[in-house]
Amino acid sequence: MFDPSSIIVGLEIGTSKVCAVVGELSADNALNIVGLGQARSRGVRKGEIADPVLAEEDIRQAIVEAEQMADVEIRSVYLGISGGHLRGFNNRGVHPVVSADREICEEDVQDVIKNAKAINLPAQNHVVHAIRQHFLVDGQDGITNPVGMLGARVEVDVHVIHGNLNRMQNAIRTVKGLQLDVDDIVFNGLAASLAILTNEQKELGSLVIDIGGGTTEYVVYTDGIIKHTGVLAVGGDHVSNDLAYGLKVPLSRAEQLKIEHGAAELEESVRGDVLTLAGQAGLPAKVVNLEHLRRIMSLRVDEIFQLIANDLAQADALDYLRGGVFLSGGGARIPGIARLAEDAFRMPVSVGKANSISGLRSALDQPEFATPIGLVKFGSFQQRKRKLGPGLTQGIKSTLGSFFKRS
Amino acid sequence: MELDSQPIASTSEAVPTKRLVVKVFGVGSGGLKLLSALKARSLPGVEFIAVDTELSAVMDGVTFVQVENKLLRGLGTGGDPERGRAAAEEVQSQFRSLCDGANVVILLSSFGGGAGSGISPVLARIAKEAGALVLGFVATPFDCEGKRRKAVAAEGLQEFKAVSDGVICMPNQRVFKLINQNTGLLETFTRTNDLVADAVVGLWRLLVQKGLMEIRFEELAAVLRNAKGEGACASVEASGSNRAAVAVEKLLAHPMLDASEVLNEADSLLVSLTAGADLSMFEVSRVMDGLQEKCPRAQIMIGAAVDPSFLERLAVTVIAHRKSAEDVEQSTYSSTRADVQGQMLNEPEPTKPARFVAPASSSSSDLSKTDGRPKPGMKSPRKPAPRMRQGQLPLEIVSKGRFDKSEPTIHRGEDLDVPTYIRRGISLN
Repeated sequence: MFDPSSIIVGLEIGTSKVCAVVGELSADNALNIVGLGQARSRGVRKGEIADPVLAEEDIRQAIVEAEQMADVEIRSVYLGISGGHLRGFNNRGVHPVVSADREICEEDVQDVIKNAKAINLPAQNHVVHAIRQHFLVDGQDGITNPVGMLGARVEVDVHVIHGNLNRMQNAIRTVKGLQLDVDDIVFNGLAASLAILTNEQKELGSLVIDIGGGTTEYVVYTDGIIKHTGVLAVGGDHVSNDLAYGLKVPLSRAEQLKIEHGAAELEESVRGDVLTLAGQAGLPAKVVNLEHLRRIMSLRVDEIFQLIANDLAQADALDYLRGGVFLSGGGARIPGIARLAEDAFRMPVSVGKANSISGLRSALDQPEFATPIGLVKFGSFQQRKRKLGPGLTQGIKSTLGSFFKRS
Repeated sequence: MELDSQPIASTSEAVPTKRLVVKVFGVGSGGLKLLSALKARSLPGVEFIAVDTELSAVMDGVTFVQVENKLLRGLGTGGDPERGRAAAEEVQSQFRSLCDGANVVILLSSFGGGAGSGISPVLARIAKEAGALVLGFVATPFDCEGKRRKAVAAEGLQEFKAVSDGVICMPNQRVFKLINQNTGLLETFTRTNDLVADAVVGLWRLLVQKGLMEIRFEELAAVLRNAKGEGACASVEASGSNRAAVAVEKLLAHPMLDASEVLNEADSLLVSLTAGADLSMFEVSRVMDGLQEKCPRAQIMIGAAVDPSFLERLAVTVIAHRKSAEDVEQSTYSSTRADVQGQMLNEPEPTKPARFVAPASSSSSDLSKTDGRPKPGMKSPRKPAPRMRQGQLPLEIVSKGRFDKSEPTIHRGEDLDVPTYIRRGISLN
């Protein structure tokens, strides 16, 4: 019933959950989410696989669930990756236009992008993405497609995201161990931003913060391009761990307390409040100070935002965010987190919703599914490109162009 | 005491009549209110200067400087400290000529808006360049004024601290302890302004009055210089036969000292007593005992002066401040100086620090401190003692729980796996 190439699967192996989302690309290139599978993740710490055996089990469970729901067989996935080893930076490539008439052709563009990707990285590092920003022709900025323009020198800015190859391979190998192909690997933050932001918000300049279980990724768009990305290996797990330490409760209970009573802000009304936890099997009854809980949590979440704000200020990206800040990931569910973020960034903050995709309503509205949905969206872009053929139209255009020029 | 014959500061020889040239600036609308409250008290020989972005009612005997540029168009800063700063930079020369010749510049301001937070750091810098000791009395916004104003105030304070010699911060919130449900807004502000004015008068007295037991100008400056925003200043007066006890009582309940909360945590205390010729040693010791009881850890400096106009009255001014760990060096330095001058001095008691310090950061900062000592030549007999004590802290090893085994997340030398509240030294009680 499905053309196999029209099925796109996004797989996120997160610290708290493994999630697979199945999307279907219809004939008119509309993306529809048809399946979702998830499993509690046990083998992942800070976004990276720590126990491949457990991780494999969890991935299998998520994939099976997604297959059943979508009624398809999953053969390949777009794999989301994260981890503190990922780094993003901007690089510029330069290429002189050598043709006699100084017209920039497709080859020049390919060359300049190749030059921009040639980066001195440590041997064990590997480029995940090299995302095109803007072209410059003879120093003139802001050109999106220089093909056909005249100039002596074409330059391009790319945003490069790279990471430790071995650590990324771990995730890929685990997936391949399940007889699944990996179509591509995608930075989780990029995926989340694809799911959440509209083109208009990208143009205006927006910041997407994906607060996951083990890591927090953030992506800044300005003028429709990716300006800055980053990963902090701090997430919801840290909140639970802080609570477990500060309130002297077991981690599982800390997790439960976080979900039931956590909030990002310390309200005046909770001062001195206590919670009495009923004794459960193996756990004695305990009295916990709610004010302490909130304070510990609020400090941690605020710190995450401060670290991001500092990083953006350093990268000179803070002043271009006219579209505001969007939160996603499980962390976006913390009550009051938007207000806390508003104080940290001094701009409007909202919890992001996956848009421009149709399908499972329930999944699209949840902030924690932004990343896997974004992975599917990323996959759909790749698929569309593939359908068009590798630069076919572009190729014809440029040959014709040069032909007419010459004659 | 031989100190009697000594002038307060070396500059006093040049100007025998006014030993110190004190200029008081009120910056911003809040600062002007403080200035007018201060103006109502008699401070002979003090020059008052008002600085604001908007033209306001001119006060008698006050020089008015309007900070203005094209951007402001006479409409004020609109709460933007950047605008205040930019405008202040344009009237630099005017500030410079005003600060010329001053020994002490006292800045009164209320942070949180555009004028006070923006102009004060610029003015402080210029005053400092002109060679004056710059002290700030800064009121910070009420909690109900919103986080944005608080953030602006905190930022301004940070900048101001960097360029001034000392800041005494007056959180407006503290005034809540003085008012009740029926207190009018006007009265509330009058009260806060009066509190600040009292403190300034106390400080001024400390600066210019010749004392029996003197606090020297430089010592005052050294104490203030260490203030890390925790500085607090309170001034009280009492009269009658039991005035020493009453004064202590008033101080302990003083809102600026946060009902003696500040004293509890204070690391150093500067106490100045002023009274008529009838000031007795017994009274001095009564006041000091009362204060010492409250702050066992603090290093106390005392000054006492006799002013014939203080018939039967006793005024006590207290400047307290808590310092961060890195100030240990400087305080030992200043206390040795005090020793040499034969002043009354209390050794800090070796007590346990009130709050838990994360072992990782404290040990590392200690290490760095040993190299970056500001005065390596200064010998201090007590210097090794606090360091030893540091080593005996209950060095609780912070367990990283589930992250124990995983790769640590180090960000600028901080291990982010350790709970934030521990790294920031925030106690939970």
